[in-house]
Amino acid sequence: MSARYADTARLEQFIRELAPAYGPSGHEEAVRALIRRHVTPLADEVLVDRLGSLIALIRGAGGTDARRIMIAAHMDEIGLMVTHIDDDGLLRFAAVGGHKPATLLGERVVFADGTVGAIGAEKLDDIKDLKLDRMFIDIGAAGREEAAARTPVGSTAVFHQEITASGSRLIGKALDDRSGCAVLLELMHQLRAHPSPHDVYCVFSVQEEVGLRGARTAAYAIEPDLALAVDVTAAGDTPKGEKLNMTLGGGAAIKVKDDSLIAHPWVRQLLVDTAAQQGIPYQMEVLPYGGTDAGAIHLTKSGVPAGAVSIPTRYLHSPVEMVDMRDVAAATDLLVAMLTRSLEDPSFR
Amino acid sequence: MILRELSEIPGVSGDEHRVRERIWQAVRDRVDGGRVDSLGNLITWKGAGKPGPKVMIAAHMDEIGLMITRIDNDGLLRFRTVGGIDDRVLAAKAVRVGPDAVPGVIGMKPIHLLKADEAKKPVPEQDLVIDIGAASKEQAEQVVRPGHYAAFSTAYAEVGDGVVKGKAFDDRAGCALLVELLALEFPFPVYGVFTVQEEIGLRGARVAAYDVAPDLALVLEGTTCADIPETEPHGQSTLLGAGPAITVMDGTNIPARPLVEGLVAAAEARNIPWQWKRTAFGGTDAGSIHLSRAGVPAATVSVPCRYIHSPCAFMSLRDFENTRRLVAGFLEDIPGIAARLPGA
Repeated sequence: MSARYADTARLEQFIRELAPAYGPSGHEEAVRALIRRHVTPLADEVLVDRLGSLIALIRGAGGTDARRIMIAAHMDEIGLMVTHIDDDGLLRFAAVGGHKPATLLGERVVFADGTVGAIGAEKLDDIKDLKLDRMFIDIGAAGREEAAARTPVGSTAVFHQEITASGSRLIGKALDDRSGCAVLLELMHQLRAHPSPHDVYCVFSVQEEVGLRGARTAAYAIEPDLALAVDVTAAGDTPKGEKLNMTLGGGAAIKVKDDSLIAHPWVRQLLVDTAAQQGIPYQMEVLPYGGTDAGAIHLTKSGVPAGAVSIPTRYLHSPVEMVDMRDVAAATDLLVAMLTRSLEDPSFR
Repeated sequence: MILRELSEIPGVSGDEHRVRERIWQAVRDRVDGGRVDSLGNLITWKGAGKPGPKVMIAAHMDEIGLMITRIDNDGLLRFRTVGGIDDRVLAAKAVRVGPDAVPGVIGMKPIHLLKADEAKKPVPEQDLVIDIGAASKEQAEQVVRPGHYAAFSTAYAEVGDGVVKGKAFDDRAGCALLVELLALEFPFPVYGVFTVQEEIGLRGARVAAYDVAPDLALVLEGTTCADIPETEPHGQSTLLGAGPAITVMDGTNIPARPLVEGLVAAAEARNIPWQWKRTAFGGTDAGSIHLSRAGVPAATVSVPCRYIHSPCAFMSLRDFENTRRLVAGFLEDIPGIAARLPGA
């Protein structure tokens, strides 16, 4: 499979490097360090803001049509934070980001220092009673003292799962949104070969999973003229699945609406026109729930026209998220094409 | 004693001015200046010209309470809650209504018609009334109006060994702490902000943080403490008497790790007892402060309060004093802590 712009092999390498890294919301340092190494030779300016988002600016060639464009992908993944340690050394936890109890049962999780735990649950009369506060993480500690020394209250665990490939698809944890971060890195590479007239702020944001927080404060500082989030979206192509339009292999998903955002019609149409003109596979996305960084960005200060390019993903917020590399490459191509075209003023009257 | 006085003043969200006036009296000689903003926040400062970091310390003046929505023809008052109050703590409580603090009682109507199974369910607030002893709507209207507030009328008192009971420890405890802390001197600018409307959406803090634009913020709160029978240890949140509670995460903020580690280190270095806040529900002013402008690292320290968000809460005076010592120590350590924040 060959993409129009993206180096698919390099894209996959980025995902394989970033997705296994440890980075739950609020503790993204390790992911940021990996990304920073890639970003530093590609950007004109790199800074870390006060909540920890990494902002890399690639200055544009300029011109009367040049704009400030913000592209955001989030570094954080969902996790479980230890809130209490029982006398027997079992760890009680609170969700960092969205978790379903059924997805956790029997899973392995890993802490920042590499300590691995298994998720267990209290004995239940009915599996329907399974709730997060009836579950715990077991790191095999002999008792409270040992557990407190290894994984004190405040420690956060993430899914312990490697990335595996199957055909054109990748399966693993944190593809939400390390695949978006990979797209952003590949975009930065492509902007060297295909320079943009616009000032492009590539924002690797923090704390998206707990309320789109990093994107909000980053957008406040950048004041973009246009913003795009690069994130995963759901897929409707599994048995008796949700009735959604998005399918794996259907191309870059152009967001129309989710619970946080109605994509600006001008932005959405530009994406559709650009994809159509350049023969980049795309599909329309309506997500009846959920949100992305664009949801926070578009309401910053006096407002920002914003949209999103999404990567359809099966089994979201599980250790076995699945994406198709053809969609990841198409998303990258679409962003390159968007940034290298001219953008007229929106006549949104 | 400032904690006693502040706890007894009525000041439901949106009606904080009496609390603010008493606080201003207490701090005006300790700070370089103060002003009241358009929402009613009291913003005080000392050392504005000093080198950074600029530190904001916040405590909210408002308490949960009730607002009168309608006066019935029979002189009984209909109301809705302001802030999160469990229906079950309302029935049969004593309140003071309106600017004249008219005494009243929350009654259920019509209690004599309750069937056996109805008596088992909590009465929703819409079916409760406040009775001020008026025989008619006209009589009631002499002293109260729709839109007036009602606050619980619990008196402050010491009970047991160093434990006090009273209303509104959430967050007059935080306010009292901040009043005491503003007597100290600091080598960096400190903004002591007494916020409004925290209980109805962290509102005052949002605009105050925008105005002050601090480099980091610490929020002082009263927090949940459910160390009572039939609560699992991991659901207890905090324990009365175990010291100030440090938040690792709540529903509105994941505090920056250098601030959390700084609080723990400040406590350990000074032998101050402390505990984690062990549940992740709820929110504090740090939730809106940390998202202000381009972001502000913010953390929360709390005094445990049993029976929080009810007419009568319990607090340990030792916890109160240890919280004061912890925050004072943390402020001494600020320069080292600030250097470890992202973007520093």
